[in-house]
Amino acid sequence: MTDPRAPMIPCDVAVRQLWEYVANAVTPADHARIDEHLAICRQCCGEVEFLRHLCELLAVQGTDHVPPEAMRRLDQFVEEL
Amino acid sequence: MTACDGGRKGGATSVGRTARTKDAFQALARAELSRLLALARRLTRDGPEDLVQEALLRGYLAYASLDADEAAGRWLRVILVNVHRDRERKRARGAEEVPVADAEEFSLYRVLVEEDPFPYSDTLHLDFLHSFTREDVRQVLLRLPEIYRTPLVLCHMEGFSTKEVARMCGAPLGTVLARLHRGRKAFEREMWTYAGEMGLLKHGSAP
Repeated sequence: MTDPRAPMIPCDVAVRQLWEYVANAVTPADHARIDEHLAICRQCCGEVEFLRHLCELLAVQGTDHVPPEAMRRLDQFVEEL
Repeated sequence: MTACDGGRKGGATSVGRTARTKDAFQALARAELSRLLALARRLTRDGPEDLVQEALLRGYLAYASLDADEAAGRWLRVILVNVHRDRERKRARGAEEVPVADAEEFSLYRVLVEEDPFPYSDTLHLDFLHSFTREDVRQVLLRLPEIYRTPLVLCHMEGFSTKEVARMCGAPLGTVLARLHRGRKAFEREMWTYAGEMGLLKHGSAP
């Protein structure tokens, strides 16, 4: 998908798109260009791995606990609807 | 599944519809309460409980318009985000792009390599992430400007697609994508700052 005549993207260009790459939010052309860069860049590979863990950390928070006191008050509110 | 792909959208294959009675709404509200409160507490410091209450009132009034039971939880969360957006609009007189100084080029991964806050660790990056409790993550989010925090929470924590987030935020998709990008970078930088301030970096090297 990449233009074979186009030079490989440097780290600073790749780094700006790595979050979007991890979130599957880049175009197929950009995805291919980043893949090409990752094939030769250990540091960016490490960063992709790190961002995946960071995404997981955020996703887990979706089920986090809430203060029981506040829950009791809200439960009462629902009761009195 | 990564966030932002709208993977939890769900199809309309098995559409259930219980009677839209007060009892049914109360049962729904109770089942969703903790999730709604958790979302409200991530979106705002100011009166998350009030936010949930107002969302429940709005939901109750509109309950008859809910099509499928399966979509009820998601439907309530969308209402909560709408209430939140209305409040923010009143407060801020329109969302302004807040510059996030220097965040654009920030890479937490690289800063960790350079600063090496855990010199004896073989898993430096994971150790850093594991030093954050859920409450720490919430506090980091709450430090971000609201226009960056909301898309980040909805996309990465609640599993809404970017198109849905754009609809919920009443902003064009391109704007939301740009805010998400800045928000992610700002989140990285704020994690580093917070870790230094709260002493999560055991071996010094505070930012």
